Amino acid sequence: MFAPVYLDHNATTPIDPTVLSAMLPYLSGQFGNPSSRHEYGRAARRAVDEARSQVAAAVGAHASEVIFTAGGTEANNLFIKGAAAAYKPGVLAVSAIEHPCVLKPAEQLARQGWTLHKLPVDGDGRLLDDPYRAVLALKPKIVSVMLANNETGVVQDLAVLAAPAAQVGALVHTDAVQAFGKLPVDFRRLNAAGVRAMTVSAHKIGGPKGVAVLILDKRVELQPLLAGGGHERGLRSGTENVAAIVGFGVASQLAVSRQVAYAQRLLALRLTLEDGLRSLGAVLFSRAAERLPNTVYFAWPQIDGETLVGHLDRAGYAVASGAACSSSQPEPSHVLQAIGVAPELARGAIRVSLGEGNTAADVTGLLNALYATIDQLRHLPAMGQPSLATMH
Amino acid sequence: MAYSIKVLDHYENPRNVGSFSKEEPGVATGMVGAPACGDVMKLQIKVGRNGVIEDAKFKTYGCGSAIASSSLVTEWVKGKTIDQALDIKNTQIAEELALPPVKIHCSILAEDAIKAAIADYKKKHGEQAVTG
Amino acid sequence: MLKLPIYLDYSATTPIDPRVAEKMMPFLFEKFGNPASRSHAFGWESETAVEEAREEVARLVNADAKEIVWTSGATESNNLALKGAAQFYAGKGKHIVTVKTEHKAVLDTCRELERQGFEVSYLEVGENGLLDLDVFQAALRPDTILVSVMLVNNEIGVIQPIAEIGGICRDKGIIFHVDAAQATGKVAIDLASLKVDLMSFSAHKTYGPKGIGALYVRRKPRVRLNAQMHGGGHERGFRSGTLATHQIVGMGEAFRLARLEMDAENERIRRLRDRLLHGISDIEQVYVNGDLERRVPHNLNVSFAYVEGESLLMAIKDLAVSSGSACTSASLEPSYVLRALGREDELAHSSIRFTLGRFTTEEEVDYAIKLLHEKIGRLRDLSPLWEMVQDGIDLRTVQWAAH
Repeated sequence: MFAPVYLDHNATTPIDPTVLSAMLPYLSGQFGNPSSRHEYGRAARRAVDEARSQVAAAVGAHASEVIFTAGGTEANNLFIKGAAAAYKPGVLAVSAIEHPCVLKPAEQLARQGWTLHKLPVDGDGRLLDDPYRAVLALKPKIVSVMLANNETGVVQDLAVLAAPAAQVGALVHTDAVQAFGKLPVDFRRLNAAGVRAMTVSAHKIGGPKGVAVLILDKRVELQPLLAGGGHERGLRSGTENVAAIVGFGVASQLAVSRQVAYAQRLLALRLTLEDGLRSLGAVLFSRAAERLPNTVYFAWPQIDGETLVGHLDRAGYAVASGAACSSSQPEPSHVLQAIGVAPELARGAIRVSLGEGNTAADVTGLLNALYATIDQLRHLPAMGQPSLATMH
Repeated sequence: MAYSIKVLDHYENPRNVGSFSKEEPGVATGMVGAPACGDVMKLQIKVGRNGVIEDAKFKTYGCGSAIASSSLVTEWVKGKTIDQALDIKNTQIAEELALPPVKIHCSILAEDAIKAAIADYKKKHGEQAVTG
Repeated sequence: MLKLPIYLDYSATTPIDPRVAEKMMPFLFEKFGNPASRSHAFGWESETAVEEAREEVARLVNADAKEIVWTSGATESNNLALKGAAQFYAGKGKHIVTVKTEHKAVLDTCRELERQGFEVSYLEVGENGLLDLDVFQAALRPDTILVSVMLVNNEIGVIQPIAEIGGICRDKGIIFHVDAAQATGKVAIDLASLKVDLMSFSAHKTYGPKGIGALYVRRKPRVRLNAQMHGGGHERGFRSGTLATHQIVGMGEAFRLARLEMDAENERIRRLRDRLLHGISDIEQVYVNGDLERRVPHNLNVSFAYVEGESLLMAIKDLAVSSGSACTSASLEPSYVLRALGREDELAHSSIRFTLGRFTTEEEVDYAIKLLHEKIGRLRDLSPLWEMVQDGIDLRTVQWAAH
């Protein structure tokens, strides 16, 4: 069977076999509802508690700070809207390059009387200091800046950013979904610097889809998004997704134990890939910034990204054009717009995100496929045409 | 709900279950709790002429911890004078049975049952009987 | 050989049917793509699976796949339906009608809507647990915008008259939401004929996985909702968030099996339930809670008078059943559903919910009957209330030293 090479690990990752085997009992005989008081229920409760401790330990938090949700989107919505509900509308600041599941809730608040500031970034995607300080002077009540960007992989120095925000009384949140597993992530350290909440998700680290956590400093009052039953200390009602939670627990442990070696190995692959891309004349985004070890974001002038991605798919390489989102939006990525990339070039953006299974041969193979394709595409007037990918 | 081994033991093998006839000499009854609260304890003591509790029996409508608490106090009050029995405190019951915080009220109820039974005894027999 | 404890708590959650688990497996392994990935085969393969599952969910309830929105479970579906509709139609009015015996996911959501400025009427039910249509009619006001009534009650299994309620709501232009978490696979649901606008579903009550549910949102006439989860704009903007493909595939297969097998399965389960009821009916002072006729076949909720519920659960620990409703609190509260039926406290305190299911056997039911006889007898020997009743004392005349 033809198995394409998967190079889209920032979109989702395969479940690690160790994780899957830990989950399997909870998809068969161990099926109890953790709220039930009989042995089936108690066994499920113990499994959830253990996973809670595992996730907590993996991110440097206490088990009581872990709130399980159905995914990163829900965790981010829960923090942004839940924290805002405790206040009268005021100033809210999020970086301009946040994932839509932070940006959209923030925009929703803006429609409810909040003043939203989208914090600008420099040409490499790093938060700009002066505009940030200027917004802090307005005493924002909520600040959310992602630890690592899903498209560019750019890492922000949250410990440095959080301190002045906390000083003006802001509740600081960071979306660490892309950072966790690829970088050391320590909530205790971030918390000491003023970060009050953090989101991490299972399916980006070899865990299952359908579960994520909001790590929440217990001093923060939060209004739940989902009412009914009072699960998760009343902050998130709904029967626990036991199998997925168990999987997340194991995946988080694996992620931490592997992180250093994993990052080193992927960085070596990334550097090889970047050398190759430069020699093929690609423009690499956020080159000068500190980035995730697995993420490369690039484009060729005058080559349409969706068309190139379609060619690569047929050649057996699964990569992303822009961010993996549900909408087939034709406009270029908001992240590249924030960086100041010209729309023509941004439309060509391709993201390669490496992961567990990738090898040096995959990188060489991709470069060869690109070499063969680009030359061909340069001679095609591809731009502005509907692409294969958006037509699915 | 995880119960301690001692609670389970008293629940599985409750001591001194039953009733004395109220007409029997020296018998006094304490009934505490209410069905609406989910616990009703009936503790009966049989006091000898020397003021020593010779026998005790109970019946309890309630959770395992309530049953265990009342079973335990029937053992504890036997052989005690009524004054000594009045010294039994709910904290001792809770400690002996390793009751979790949500079940402390069961031990309080058991202490109240002792007090109620002794009050009934005093009412029937007058203060003199106490020192006997 | 019986495996103990015997699971008789299918309304709390069901095991995943092995056929469902098998269908899920590839999506936990090699077919791991994000269904939102538009640029490669991994994504397309997942998206196709998601859409096939959507068809299956729609088919069970005779709806269009385009009317099915994935959620993380019935709690989220109920929250999305009630908050989404109330907020969208707030301009038309502020009044919401629901029932006191609804699931907490509906009741707690209504409480929150009250804090947001809506007015909610919580209707009484009859002692059979059913909503009286006259009571319902009388509760409607010109500014009523939303009604929420569950199809099958989770504790007592009674089936509410949603066809009639839907007709009344449609005539008055009121949005009608139905929590059907406990209903799928147990009662036939035909959304082409029912005048229901929004309906919540759960997978894990119907032999699918936990962590996945769906909300039916009617297209003709079109029902609008304010989204509650914002982000990538998944699910046509109704509900953002990466779709958990394996769970969705599991729900689709679970609902497909329900559609194919429910008639035969319900007959089998009804016979077992009736066997259980008949087997315990010679125990004195046993009361069935809720209407026995207008009820799903797998539910039997009974009160054993003068026996306290928690000690009863302890005594029958070889049976995995629930007392009151499965909630997150450590202490046992008398069920609010039974209290709404007007049950006295000592009966509400002593109720046990038996819910039978796909894997329940006759042998298990017989074991349960035997155990109940034995343990009820033992606990009544321990019960001062039972003794008083045997002595002819009317408990209502007793002055309790209330604590």
